[in-house]
Amino acid sequence: MNMFADLHLAPEALAVHAPVLLVLAPFMMSTASVFAPNGRFAWGMALLTSAFTVWMSLVLASDVAREGVISYHMGGWAPPLGIEFRADGLNVLIVILISFMALMSALFAQPAVAREIRTEKQPLFYTAFQICLAGLMGMALTGDAFNLFVFLEISSIATYVLVGLGATRDRRALTAAFNYLIMGTIGASFFVIGVGFLYAATGTLNMADIAERLNGLDDSRVVQAGFGFIVVGLGLKAAMFPLHQWLPNAYAYAPSFVTVFLSATATKAAFYALARFIFTVYDPNWDFVVAAMNYVLAPAACLAILFCSFQAIFQLDVRRVLAYSSVAQVGYMLLGLSVGTVAGLSAGMFHLANHALMKGALFMAVGAVALHSNVWRVCDFKGAAKTAPLTIAGFTVAAFSLMGTPLTVGFLSKLRLYDAVVINGWWWAAVVIATSSILAFFYVGRLLQAAYLMKPDEGAPEIKEAPMVILFALWVLAGLNIYFFFDSSLPLGLAEAGAEAVLGASAGGVQ
Amino acid sequence: MEAHFSPSVLIANIVLMAMLGVITIAIIRLRSLFAIVMLGGVYSLVSAAWFQAMDAVDVSFTEAAVGAGISTTLFLAAMLLTVRTAKPSKPIKKRWAPLAVVLATGAALVYASVDLPVFGSAEAPANAHVGKAYIEATPSDVGTPNIVTAVLASYRGFDTFGETVVVFAAGVAVILLIGFGERARAASDWRGKDEEQDENFSDDSHLILRVVSKFLIPLIAIFAFYVHFHGEYSPGGGFQAGVIFAVAVMLYALIFGLKAAMTAFPPVWARAGAAIGVAIYGMTGIICMINGGDFLDYDYIFGPPVEGAHHGHHNWPQITGIIGVEVGVVVAVACVMITAFYAFAGRVPEIRDEDW
Repeated sequence: MNMFADLHLAPEALAVHAPVLLVLAPFMMSTASVFAPNGRFAWGMALLTSAFTVWMSLVLASDVAREGVISYHMGGWAPPLGIEFRADGLNVLIVILISFMALMSALFAQPAVAREIRTEKQPLFYTAFQICLAGLMGMALTGDAFNLFVFLEISSIATYVLVGLGATRDRRALTAAFNYLIMGTIGASFFVIGVGFLYAATGTLNMADIAERLNGLDDSRVVQAGFGFIVVGLGLKAAMFPLHQWLPNAYAYAPSFVTVFLSATATKAAFYALARFIFTVYDPNWDFVVAAMNYVLAPAACLAILFCSFQAIFQLDVRRVLAYSSVAQVGYMLLGLSVGTVAGLSAGMFHLANHALMKGALFMAVGAVALHSNVWRVCDFKGAAKTAPLTIAGFTVAAFSLMGTPLTVGFLSKLRLYDAVVINGWWWAAVVIATSSILAFFYVGRLLQAAYLMKPDEGAPEIKEAPMVILFALWVLAGLNIYFFFDSSLPLGLAEAGAEAVLGASAGGVQ
Repeated sequence: MEAHFSPSVLIANIVLMAMLGVITIAIIRLRSLFAIVMLGGVYSLVSAAWFQAMDAVDVSFTEAAVGAGISTTLFLAAMLLTVRTAKPSKPIKKRWAPLAVVLATGAALVYASVDLPVFGSAEAPANAHVGKAYIEATPSDVGTPNIVTAVLASYRGFDTFGETVVVFAAGVAVILLIGFGERARAASDWRGKDEEQDENFSDDSHLILRVVSKFLIPLIAIFAFYVHFHGEYSPGGGFQAGVIFAVAVMLYALIFGLKAAMTAFPPVWARAGAAIGVAIYGMTGIICMINGGDFLDYDYIFGPPVEGAHHGHHNWPQITGIIGVEVGVVVAVACVMITAFYAFAGRVPEIRDEDW
């Protein structure tokens, strides 16, 4: 965190409003994009918004590095009467990640959206994108349980429509979006029921205030049931096994820009919210919380890692390969979380950041390949390395990172996760991690084999190199996958600071 | 302290809840979409009555306006795009997994209910902590007689901003996925050709309906503004007002034809208004920021508050802020609802008599 402490990126008058501006800027720009004359103009607005959120997230990070916890009072009302935006160690990483991935996706968007979305719909498409961005930001920043629900709904509604717009290319996007809508609504309802129980037990909605008032209430059945509802609700949004059924089709049939953005951010924000509730609202030392982590979350994580990695091997559509892999990767993060130590949670958060970098790059490369040729099957990738060397090279770097190969950052987070579970005595989880690395070798290997070793079929559409702007975004992400292997102080430092902020040095006892 | 209910209230609550249960089962078993939509409206009306019995008048009003009013109308508009009855479902398969999920959820709810505080108890946390603080602080902090309005528009005004964006997002979703259809594109051509009558809506059809609704529609629209501006004194506010205004336009469309409605209130307005409403809400908050306060801190709406100034009977900065954001809510909600209606209604070749 030290690297942020000396940064002064914005005048004080602007910096104090950084938390709300991260949400407000996309909201206001989304209303303005409704009036954009054409798609290109709206794209420029979305790009500007994303760049602005990157700036503000860095400002916020530097403030948090200096002051520890930043609390912004909406309407000037101090919590618990008013709603509070609260930035601390745990969510700074998420905020930076979401804004940065939004910027990278926005770069990717210009050529992709121009081809995949009908011209007259493009301005509103970017409106929906910015609403989604603001919703995810709000989820990451709010310190109020009900406000989190509001932002969950905002991001979800925008996500459903963004996924559904894949219908111009593939009608199955509509059923995918509809399934996601139903599942997502059930998840949000569960979450709000849980928040309702917490309110009944404590009489407040502010998370810090709830945590304080929950002291000694761990045998209240209301509090316990609330925990169950919140974990299931947020777990559904985070694609926690076996609540992930909506994800593969949603990722596979959405417009490629949407898949890039969502895969890098949406499940991450929900995962963060889950961690926030388990570790800071509830007490991770309570019996029922420990039991839930040991006997529900950890097994679910392991099943996700094994089962979905295995399913990924047999998918024909490249995006479904990557989507199933995403569910497995959520399993990794969840495993780290369920260990419940500083080492475990920081490994989970570190992997979360890394996974955004690698999946963002992978989906970008796949989207770039499909941009001209509109091919999505694994067998269509035959010989792509010859005709589109730069795109496939970026894909390869990220793919190696996904497998957890040394020289890429994926190696580091898997290693730390492995350490965390072994120190905790969970040898079975260590076996799961090792096994899944082999499975990842197969499902990623299939793609690389097609791209590098096979000759294209007769009459197959030729795969062209991606446009410059996509290559740039792709290679920034791929480059970071390598760079962070050599100097991981930025993501790892933030992840560790976050885990320590919520667990304290004493709770874990492992460092 | 035990909560004291008069037996009549208790009986009313039990009867209303039982009715909700019966309606739900009926909805599940019916195949006629029209009956299902109507029963959906009945369900909302009964829940509104139930909320009323529990003294939640603002919630009750919203449920009546949104659940019983506008969603029923929107369902009807959507139903015109499809057949009147649902197909006989596939041979009934015994699906155990959903049943298990439902039973587990129900079991969790029952499990928790044992430890829930007594309903209505003054010592229940929900009434004793923040709830009590709102009641005590509102007169001096905000100064609106309706505490619900103070909570929704000021203390938790940021949530309401978010909810307005939810509505806006829904409008964006409708336009992106459904669009206004061919009829909306034709709407611009209709403008200025008012004298041309729609062949389905000749002067002598629905004479009584037309006369009565000509009376009613302006009154409904005025009532919307009453609900809005009186929201700080009585139940009501931006969401209800927006919905009521939208109903006035929809009623006009149902009786005088979509063409006439789209001429009076063009789809372009609806689309722009949805965004403008959110922008009004946001700008109200941003003005407070520019004057040195936090986002939506209405005390700063006319500039930094003067220390120790006694603001007499009315707390004008707070009231101005609340009215300001509620205007945003009205505009956004009304326009999104009209958008949704146009989107569905614009896809059918007009609502014909034989459909009804």
